[in-house]
Amino acid sequence: MLEIKDVSRRFDSFVALDRVNLTIAAGEFFTLLGPSGCGKTTLLRMIAGFDQPDDGDILLDGRSLIATPPEQRPLHTIFQNYALFPHMTVAENIAFPLRMAGCAREEIAGRVARALEDVRLPDKGRHYPDALSGGQKQRIAIARALVNRPRLLLLDEPLSALDAKLREQMQLELITLQKEVGITFIYVTHDQGEALALSHRIAVMNGGHIVQVDEPSRLYGFPNSRFVADFIGHCNLLGGVVTAVQTGDATVELDGLGTVQTVIQPAAGVAVGRRCTLTLRPEKTHISTTLTPGEEAAHFRGVVHDMLYLGDVTVYKVELANGMIVEALLANSAPGRARFFEVGDAVEVAWRLDAGHLVME
Amino acid sequence: MASPSTRGSLALTLSAYAVYAFLYLPLLIVVAYSFNDSRLNAEWVGFTFDWYHKLLHNQEMLKAAGNSLIIATVSAAIATVLGTLAGMALHQFRLRLLPGLVLAPIAMPDILMGVSLLLFFMLLNMSLGLLSIILAHITFCIGFVALSVQARISGIDKSLTEAARDLGATPWVCFRRITLPLLAPGILAGALMAFTLSIDDFVITFFVAGVGSSTLPLQIYSMVKIAVTPEVNAISTLLMVLTLALIMLVSRLSPAALRGS
Repeated sequence: MLEIKDVSRRFDSFVALDRVNLTIAAGEFFTLLGPSGCGKTTLLRMIAGFDQPDDGDILLDGRSLIATPPEQRPLHTIFQNYALFPHMTVAENIAFPLRMAGCAREEIAGRVARALEDVRLPDKGRHYPDALSGGQKQRIAIARALVNRPRLLLLDEPLSALDAKLREQMQLELITLQKEVGITFIYVTHDQGEALALSHRIAVMNGGHIVQVDEPSRLYGFPNSRFVADFIGHCNLLGGVVTAVQTGDATVELDGLGTVQTVIQPAAGVAVGRRCTLTLRPEKTHISTTLTPGEEAAHFRGVVHDMLYLGDVTVYKVELANGMIVEALLANSAPGRARFFEVGDAVEVAWRLDAGHLVME
Repeated sequence: MASPSTRGSLALTLSAYAVYAFLYLPLLIVVAYSFNDSRLNAEWVGFTFDWYHKLLHNQEMLKAAGNSLIIATVSAAIATVLGTLAGMALHQFRLRLLPGLVLAPIAMPDILMGVSLLLFFMLLNMSLGLLSIILAHITFCIGFVALSVQARISGIDKSLTEAARDLGATPWVCFRRITLPLLAPGILAGALMAFTLSIDDFVITFFVAGVGSSTLPLQIYSMVKIAVTPEVNAISTLLMVLTLALIMLVSRLSPAALRGS
């Protein structure tokens, strides 16, 4: 439905976007995720029409949008600060896109009333935006953007101004809403948790490039680079060199630790002699006092360096022989869990053959 | 017994009243004598509206007042349009010379402005009259309107105009429905300021006024050259009331007040 083709954008000497390619399908909840300055907002502004690419093309249903001014593009934007017009009532705000489209007065009144009911604020029509709470403003901004059924909805960090509780509630509402209206959502955020929770697919961006485009579970489980592994969730990153490749797994010499076996993915480009990083999620890293031979593919001795009690889980930071700190997660409700480890305890960290994921450098 | 803090606030209050007295007592004296039933500004004799009554039959004074109103209205209107455009340009473009060019007339000594404008009009072979005064007033009012508009515009969230475009407004519709209403308090404040500045101006007007185009301040000055009559007090009082009313209106202008909520 929406195609981004070789789009580049430079601001003086700063390259904000470097030959970005993306295809977004109709009805998708698609997220652009990345640290600040990665180019995600620049890309969103180009789709909206507030900025023009230096090179490349943006196509909607096969037709270029480049020459189309923002007001003629069949898409709307939800701004970070909602951008409700302060001199208009809530109802006038929602009526704005309908008036611009030249709808009849009676029709506008009916659709505004329905839009207010849809966001469960039926009696706020006569209020001015500054009389609304953050969550209410958010809902009105959504109602205004959806009232004339755009093809695409662009959302620029729309939940960043809300507190944690409300944010979670709005996330659920956004998922439901997107399912109901079936409009394609393009969502920009730097919050990886939010991206994982909301999206059908995520494009991870860094330094003006798209690093990886995938479903949330695949991004989390099979990052294609150190950057993605580190940016999405918590991850132990162990550097090393591939020493042998067998069908289905490889042997890696981890820097200062020793060799481990690990399962590899078919398309990972693993080759003997190449530098690599073993990415290992803390929840797949086991911590114990006794050796558990057989089941685990790799185990290393270490000392508990730090611990964080988080209620449901405890995060242990274990210092290994090479001075590296590895995080291991232990559920506090784990069966047979006898005691907590203390700082300074000698422990063993271990992981299964298929726990780690190898990325090439 | 007073604690140190209340003694401090008492001192603050007293000094505030002292400053107010310093600023407004001379004006109050003028007001008081304008109702005094005596030709001399020496002692209080009794209350009268005579001087205001006389004022209404003073043809010269009425003519001057008429001139002042025409000049202030026309020059404030034109300065508001130009000043608004200048204010928006100041905000939108980072031109190195523009701020200086727009704002210099504010800081320029009036006498210099008056002399230079006079020379300029002479050079153009223009006859001095209402037109020359209006042109002169526009030049020094533009800067004030531009400042007022610029202050307002830099407080407007850029995403509001982008949202309007995004929701289907053409650049012109966006300007009319979003930018202009949001700028209105700044524009109105600038317009009222321009009107007050124009109606009160003496120095610049003195240089560029011609025969028969005397304004109120010029008329008052010519009367004072002979003596400060109670009639002068009366017209000064009226001018003061008008100015104060406009200034109060300017300071009251907030978006909420404009919206009527």
